[in-house]
Amino acid sequence: MSLVNVGRPTRPEIETTPAAVVPASLTGAHGLLQDEALIFELGGWEKTGVDLPEPEINGSDLGDLYRTDPISLPGLSEPETVRHYVRLSQKNHAIDLALYPLGSCTMKHNPRLNEKLARLPGFADLHPLQPASTTKGAVELMAGLAHWLTTLTGMAAVALSPKAGAHGELCGILAIRAAHEARGDARRRVLTPTSAHGTNPATAAQAGYDVEEIAQTADGRVDLADLTSKLGPDVAAVMVTNPNTCGLFENDVIEIARLTHEAGAYFYCDGANFNAIVGRVRPGDLGVDAMHINLHKTFSTPHGGGGPGAGPVVLSEALAPFAPLPWIVAGPDGPELLEQATSEASDALGRLCVFHGQMGMFVRAYAYMLSHGADGLRQASTDAVLNANYIKARLQDVMSPAFKGLCMHEALFDDRWLEGTGVTTLDFAKAMIDEGFHPMTMYFPLVVHGAMLIEPTETESKAELDRFVEALRALAAAAKAGDVHRFKGAPFHAPLRRLDETLAARKPKLKWTGG
Amino acid sequence: MRYLPLTEPDRAHMLAVIGAPSLDALFADVPDSARLDRPVDLPYVKGEAEVERILSRLAAKNTAAGAGPFFCGAGAYRHHVPATVDHLIQRSEFLTSYTPYQPEITQGTLQTVFEFQTQVAALTGMDTANASMYDGSTAAAEAVLMAHRVTRRAKAVLSPGLHPHYAETIRTLAHSAGVDVVRLPLGIDNEAEVLNHLGPDVACIVLQTPNLFGTATDLTAVAEAAHAAGALVIVVTTEAISYGLLKPPGAMGADIVAAEGQSIGNGLNFGGPYVGLFAVRDKLVRQMPGRVCGETLDADGRRGFVLTLSTREQHIRREKATSNICTNSGLCALAFTIHMSLLGEVGLRRLALLNHQAALKLRSALEVIGGIEVLTPRFFNEIAIRLPVPAAPLVDALALKGILAGVPVSRLDPGAGMDNVLLLAATETTQEDDIAALVSGLQEALA
Repeated sequence: MSLVNVGRPTRPEIETTPAAVVPASLTGAHGLLQDEALIFELGGWEKTGVDLPEPEINGSDLGDLYRTDPISLPGLSEPETVRHYVRLSQKNHAIDLALYPLGSCTMKHNPRLNEKLARLPGFADLHPLQPASTTKGAVELMAGLAHWLTTLTGMAAVALSPKAGAHGELCGILAIRAAHEARGDARRRVLTPTSAHGTNPATAAQAGYDVEEIAQTADGRVDLADLTSKLGPDVAAVMVTNPNTCGLFENDVIEIARLTHEAGAYFYCDGANFNAIVGRVRPGDLGVDAMHINLHKTFSTPHGGGGPGAGPVVLSEALAPFAPLPWIVAGPDGPELLEQATSEASDALGRLCVFHGQMGMFVRAYAYMLSHGADGLRQASTDAVLNANYIKARLQDVMSPAFKGLCMHEALFDDRWLEGTGVTTLDFAKAMIDEGFHPMTMYFPLVVHGAMLIEPTETESKAELDRFVEALRALAAAAKAGDVHRFKGAPFHAPLRRLDETLAARKPKLKWTGG
Repeated sequence: MRYLPLTEPDRAHMLAVIGAPSLDALFADVPDSARLDRPVDLPYVKGEAEVERILSRLAAKNTAAGAGPFFCGAGAYRHHVPATVDHLIQRSEFLTSYTPYQPEITQGTLQTVFEFQTQVAALTGMDTANASMYDGSTAAAEAVLMAHRVTRRAKAVLSPGLHPHYAETIRTLAHSAGVDVVRLPLGIDNEAEVLNHLGPDVACIVLQTPNLFGTATDLTAVAEAAHAAGALVIVVTTEAISYGLLKPPGAMGADIVAAEGQSIGNGLNFGGPYVGLFAVRDKLVRQMPGRVCGETLDADGRRGFVLTLSTREQHIRREKATSNICTNSGLCALAFTIHMSLLGEVGLRRLALLNHQAALKLRSALEVIGGIEVLTPRFFNEIAIRLPVPAAPLVDALALKGILAGVPVSRLDPGAGMDNVLLLAATETTQEDDIAALVSGLQEALA
């Protein structure tokens, strides 16, 4: 029903209300955003939102194993549950609402077709240990996904089971470790650039290696001289992100691979930024031995507020024999899962997880790839790079690009342009929230002072890019004009103001304890 | 391509703004030898209907668990998930949001994570839980690495009832960290066997209840003995609904609980994505892997939530982090939380009883079949039986008749000498006619 305007004023009676006299709401609500309590403050201890039949037993057969103490879990009726979680959802920003420029995160559109297909009972209601004769279509899909991933990367094999990017890194480094061990060649060190994602050194350490950093050149790339000086017979692997976290293609990548191989080490590529080059460059042609692919970045499976992801790892001929179980192998009537270390898979490095990996993500990513096709994927990476360069070009006169020239799929700025304004990168990011945008990645990579890393992705229209650019230009002008309060106090219009993270860490309160 | 908004005029205009002569010119940094000048050899763009047709055909080649009598468990369980759960997790603001690094605009996710942590701590009977791990098996492996850090000892003893693929996941991750993993031969009811392997070098024991064979065990005495020897006690549970009926690990002396949360809120999905539950005693919080959400105040003094204790994590501590984990199972954890909020304690206890009841009926029906021996002494919703013949071919034969009769132990551990042992789970979705169909299928096959 539309509002009947007749006889009613449609303009505010007060033209402008000074911000200082805007009254706070009486209830804690924020416009239509409710001040929503925790489930533990809302729910009833006797309440439930499910109707289940009355059990015929009472658990007395379990004796001492029976749980007697209260569990202390409140319940809500169905309408209350819906309202609680819908209200909470409204306090989130999302890619469905606006450009989400988190560099290195590839926040692109998540097609709903993929959600629908992942919910087909033939995929969603399938047990991982059902007899093989009842899961042929699922394994065929995995084989299809594997074919696309190996073709797009030009690599020999792929391990599908890793559950996220960092898990994929671990898989790749463990395969490298297994390859060295198989030759009786115990190596101790892994080299990775200072600009690397934190997961790279963390992964190498988790795999039992000492981590050493490779310096970066003034133009934001791996310093070959430093790399050469650090390579040696005890280096197991060199881990490089390409395009790197400065948004630049490592133009010496083939030489990096050659030097790495010459030292008897393997070349691991962090594939977090694969979105920039899909269909234009095959990592296998660059000399890469292992690379994880974040299906939740490059191939658009939803981020879900922090997961689940999927991190399949493509492997070179040299590393393929060490892939973890399960393997997908050719059977007499189609692809099959090989789940045990038979003679065929005697070098398999073990198992990354209990079952076969993130099938739900495989379905979504496969649907995404089939939808694009080889031509669409190439256009997607091209548009991702075009969009980033457009943002860089349109902001470079008011903000300071960290590096000159073209970028790949993300544009990196430093904070030189904020010098003397009293505004920091953090302040600027928080002020973006008031203008309706999620901040870019801040203070990463660590090699750039006050870094602001903007990744628009290919699924943004020119109109949305322009809206974003205009917002940032307006903010830049405000910062330079001395409007410091706008930044220091930001955000003003978000569901909450700036949160005290120091307090949270000093006295950790990690669960509801009543009162 | 329907997901790409730029038009040709857009691209031309943008190239002009950039000052680049062509789209190809944007890739000038790529070495010539590595530049592909045409699309790779794969099919071209497809419309939505065609993609749906292709994937639907693949899905139709599978037998969905709900299509007939179904008894598979062994780490993944088929439960009814209320429609509300799937509807809510598909809200754009949950589904298409990133990790909540900007708390002012991600309170929705953060508050649900805080609820999740509280629910997991309550269910497991532990002090504190993290924001989730990938699944139960990777949670277990991380727990072993954590015990290694805490105790500075380098040996882990895995119980006879631990899921073989959990053991393999632990072994794979622990090996490179220099932790010696002692896995005891599979046993149906001897979790206490680990005590024979305690010593000054043992960092932890890993127990499972209900274990692979469904056996539920009071681990209190085992935990006490392990503590006396200076080892941490890790308890694994693969069926989270069991917490609604059985004494929780926290009440039996667990230091770390690593559990699979799939049963609550999440479907089978052919093995993933699932949600790993990770809970600890308070004194161990700062050695815990993974993200943690904590309560705090905003600039106006209002309650809010943030990711906290991040000095344990890879993006701050890099090679000194407690784990390399970054992305976890956010949306699966949300599904868990919503389902748990719908159930409440009343619903959970009732659901757990219905599961146990279904398994009791299954046992009664199976133990009267000649040649079948029920092996599991005490259980929640899963039992092991010994058949007079190898289980794997029998299961394959029953599958052809539309009966998914369970998981042969030989599929998980071919060398265990348990070729005739079959694992069967029953849940609230198991109907009496399912059990009747299984019984007659088994009788026919064994006749």
